[in-house]
Amino acid sequence: MRPVSRLNDQTPSALLLVGPALIGLLLFVLLPFLFALLTAFTNLRLGSPLPLEFVELKQFTRIFNDPAFLQALVNNLLFALVVVPIQTALALGLALLLNQGLRGTAIYRTLFFMPVVFPMSLVAVVWILIYAPGPNGMMNNLLDLLSFGQWQPRDFLRDPLLALPAIMLLSIWQGAGFQMVILLAGLQAIPQELDEAAALDGAGRWQRFLHVTLPQLRNPLIFVMLITTILAFRLFDQVQIMTRGGPNNATTTVMYEMVETVFTRQQVARASAMTVVFFLLVLVVTWLQRRLVRQIREVE
Amino acid sequence: MRPQRSRPGMILSYALLSVLALLFLTPVVMMLTGSLKPDERVLTEAGTLAGFIPDQASLQNYTDVFTRTDFLGFLINSLFITSTIVICGLLVNALAAYAFARLHWRGRDLLFNLVLALMILPLEAIAIPLFYGVSLLGLRDTYLAQILPFIANAFSIYLFYSFFIGLPRELEEAARLDGASTLRIFFSIILPNSKPVFASVAILSFLMWWGAYLWPLMVTIGPEVRPLPVAIAAFYTLPPLQWGDILAFGVMMVAPVLLVFLLFQRWFVRGVAASGIKG
Repeated sequence: MRPVSRLNDQTPSALLLVGPALIGLLLFVLLPFLFALLTAFTNLRLGSPLPLEFVELKQFTRIFNDPAFLQALVNNLLFALVVVPIQTALALGLALLLNQGLRGTAIYRTLFFMPVVFPMSLVAVVWILIYAPGPNGMMNNLLDLLSFGQWQPRDFLRDPLLALPAIMLLSIWQGAGFQMVILLAGLQAIPQELDEAAALDGAGRWQRFLHVTLPQLRNPLIFVMLITTILAFRLFDQVQIMTRGGPNNATTTVMYEMVETVFTRQQVARASAMTVVFFLLVLVVTWLQRRLVRQIREVE
Repeated sequence: MRPQRSRPGMILSYALLSVLALLFLTPVVMMLTGSLKPDERVLTEAGTLAGFIPDQASLQNYTDVFTRTDFLGFLINSLFITSTIVICGLLVNALAAYAFARLHWRGRDLLFNLVLALMILPLEAIAIPLFYGVSLLGLRDTYLAQILPFIANAFSIYLFYSFFIGLPRELEEAARLDGASTLRIFFSIILPNSKPVFASVAILSFLMWWGAYLWPLMVTIGPEVRPLPVAIAAFYTLPPLQWGDILAFGVMMVAPVLLVFLLFQRWFVRGVAASGIKG
């Protein structure tokens, strides 16, 4: 950066331009976040007559002794572990299929991307109908068809084993198109010559995919995995609408517990402690992503 | 030239694409046909082929939606909240990004690093204190609480910044030598040359706030300022449970967006792809 000299100092007009955005970010992002960090160590409640006290790590020991919150952490992790690889693989598969220059590609791309413009709350409500219990339910019927009549109708959203996978499935349906578009852009940015050179050297299609396409696609792949992982930790809408965390906390999440804590019990401090845990998770995931990208750049 | 595909390979690709497209499309078709059917038949036929055939189609469910809920009110709420965030956000964030990308001023690098750092904070990480503040100020159930906090956006600033930094400096230099003010340069030179990034940011923030659920669920109480995503969830829990009406609500809720998406599809795809460039 050039040093700011008296002559070309544009500080006044710059402050004017940056002002509104900066005030907004400070007032509505930074300040609330710092407030959450601080209140996590207090006993703050909404409308409580008790005096405000500093309670050290009490809120954190409380939430980590709360079986519902621990289950929420496990569920978020499970969700990430299942959804991230499956959704990324599906999106990559779709992107590869669409990148062959086949006729009609645009129509298929539209169809796969379409769910992205559906609000998640609408998706959740529609999929409640898809998961309807009894032999008439659409998913029950489909599974019955696929298993040649072996499937016993289940009540997906009230089944402790099936509720979370059911939510995973609709999340993949809604989100895969977004990833696909990013990966497709990544694929199209790969110079054709690389692939052609490899083909001339006698590399098969699978070899070219492994040694040319994948390495070139690394950064977009890491990026989509990062946003999907963070999305997995933000999981809320589907759970709140479809299962309310049930049955038996089988689908509860950190976000769901956080909102419940502040809604039903007004425990701002305790919810803030959950916010801090959530933030640390996001931080670790982001840090991992940055490290991965940096390592790749160094190798190159 | 792309390498020529073998014929069986091509057929396999089409077969795969078609099966997947069918799976992706099924819930949408089910929603549409269900919305045209008598309520009691939606659930019983959802799993069968009849679920996709709208015989005895009628618009009864659609009229029911209007008599049972204030659909228009919710639609107006959603449109107002989302468009205000998007339009104000475009202006505020683009101006800030321009100052970061082009002007020389004290504290620029420090503040820009702060903006980059704030990008890591999703709404969920600040929802609780924001909710506390809104409750203390008595601003629950207002448009203000649903709009004001989300106009300034670190990620939007970053997207604008990445674009502006790549614009050739010569564009502005002549105007600057002529003594044009910074604002004038921004509006008459930068803006007309930055349509793609404005479209990208507009689409990304539109998608984000049009479908937002967590925050409006927290701050709205009654139906007066309730947006569509919260309204459909509330409609689902409103007895009696009538699936035809719920699906009709859903169709009307998504139809305008779907139409805009189909018309400006190229921009949507480009906008989403732009969010991944930083990877």
